[in-house]
Amino acid sequence: MQPAEPDSLWAALSDARPLDDRTLWGAEASVSLGDLVDGSSLGGALESLRDRSVLLAARDQLTAALALIELDGIASRVVLCPPDLAIEHLPCVAATAGVDAQVSDGAADVQAPGVATFATCTPKIAPGACDRTARHRTEWILLTSGTTGRPKLVAHTLSSLTAPIIGGARPAVPPVWATFYDIRRYGGLQIFLRALLGGASMVLSCPEESTADFLIRAGAHGVTHMSGTPSHWRRALMSAAAQRIAPQYVRLSGEIADQAILDRLRARYPHARVAHAFASTEAGVAFDVGDGRAGFPAGLLGRRTGGPEMKVEDGSLRIRSTRTASRYLGDADERVADADGFVDTGDMVERRGDRYYFVGRRGGVINVGGLKVHPEEVEAVINGHPRVRMSRVRARKNPITGALVVADVVLDAPADGGVADVEQELVRHCRAALPRHKVPAAINVVAGLGVNGAGKLVRRDA
Amino acid sequence: MRAETGTTSVKGTVIAQLEKVAREQKRTLAPLSDDLVLLDSGLDSLCLAIIVARLEDELGVDPFDSDKDAEFPVTVGDFVRLYEDAAR
Repeated sequence: MQPAEPDSLWAALSDARPLDDRTLWGAEASVSLGDLVDGSSLGGALESLRDRSVLLAARDQLTAALALIELDGIASRVVLCPPDLAIEHLPCVAATAGVDAQVSDGAADVQAPGVATFATCTPKIAPGACDRTARHRTEWILLTSGTTGRPKLVAHTLSSLTAPIIGGARPAVPPVWATFYDIRRYGGLQIFLRALLGGASMVLSCPEESTADFLIRAGAHGVTHMSGTPSHWRRALMSAAAQRIAPQYVRLSGEIADQAILDRLRARYPHARVAHAFASTEAGVAFDVGDGRAGFPAGLLGRRTGGPEMKVEDGSLRIRSTRTASRYLGDADERVADADGFVDTGDMVERRGDRYYFVGRRGGVINVGGLKVHPEEVEAVINGHPRVRMSRVRARKNPITGALVVADVVLDAPADGGVADVEQELVRHCRAALPRHKVPAAINVVAGLGVNGAGKLVRRDA
Repeated sequence: MRAETGTTSVKGTVIAQLEKVAREQKRTLAPLSDDLVLLDSGLDSLCLAIIVARLEDELGVDPFDSDKDAEFPVTVGDFVRLYEDAAR
């Protein structure tokens, strides 16, 4: 069996024995994969979850990870609840997914309505064999953080999730993966599956843990491969603990990777391969770019044997591949892909020379007196200034033009002169690079910018 | 605080902002007078939008927002008066 097409996650791990040198580290506990394949985290409850639609609502990422490994192939469906799922959405999610069983780690206080079967998952592995016969291609349901309230339920299978993962030769020394993402998000789940199927160990993050503490912990476990969004990485680089890791591979996904963040990561980790990937929950992983430059080569468009096919239509990137989600649950009217099988990512691209660059989200456009501005294109310019660590561009309502562009900026180090001087300098920097209507009418230096549960810059105004 | 803001200084603030934004936006500003028609002043709508935003920060008022019925000012004098009335 190819590592990319296992019967179940548990079977893939079982086939990869011995597993003694492979571990999942949480913030509070850790589990050897060898112990897990010969025992269970579910305290004898696995059989009661067979053929069920299981809501996986653990607080801790480690317990969620263990339950996922065990439930794949056993449950007909697993709904991966992200830790920040608003409680008011739970009844709707549970009803849409036909949930009839729930796995929690005891710490979770959420309880789906109408569920009769409850099981508890713990990092204390009970030894003993279970019937692991996989009778399902389990549907993995991921929730997207919809900007308009209710989350969407996106259906994947292990094979759509693992299609981007190329099985290679087993490394002599197990790599150690870590990600700032939660593994119940697409970006984090990709890394989790890469670690499991790629012979690796993994360090899992914890929402209560600071970026610095996570970096220190990942460094202590000898992290070799690390992933996060550009916002995650900007935060990491602001921390002195960024020196505590020495990865061979640094990966960015989930947001636009601008040239400034790529350059800064290269400077900080000169021995690492720095790659940015394009992926979304619906479209799956489309491609990785490893040449250290923002955007992607125009040559990636068109048909590629085996890999995803991409095209640009009405300015947005469209993807057709075996890695895309199969459907939305519950929403009969909304389709993941069009009639030809292409997923519209809603990410707008622009060709400059032999490369395409991401300019922003279709829905995020600021309209300044009829002229369109993507916040991300302005942020890319601001982030290119050496004093800037991260920025957020947003609309400010205006009675004359409908809206104006304004920016909030986090500096690399406190301004020694006045903050006003830096703000003026940044406005001049933008004027030199952008047409008038895209230059922020005001640039405010702020202490920090919010990053949401999915690792993306918070764009909605509080 | 607002009570201490005399009408003279409101006018001064508005005029200063018109001149500042014109400079920043590299616009040639016609000699300012109460009768000067805004559209002939050299300021385009983006300039005016920025001026309105800056004045809201500086004076704490947006006369376009607080009085929905206000007619759009035609002259510089109208524009200044709008702020004087709102800041009162």
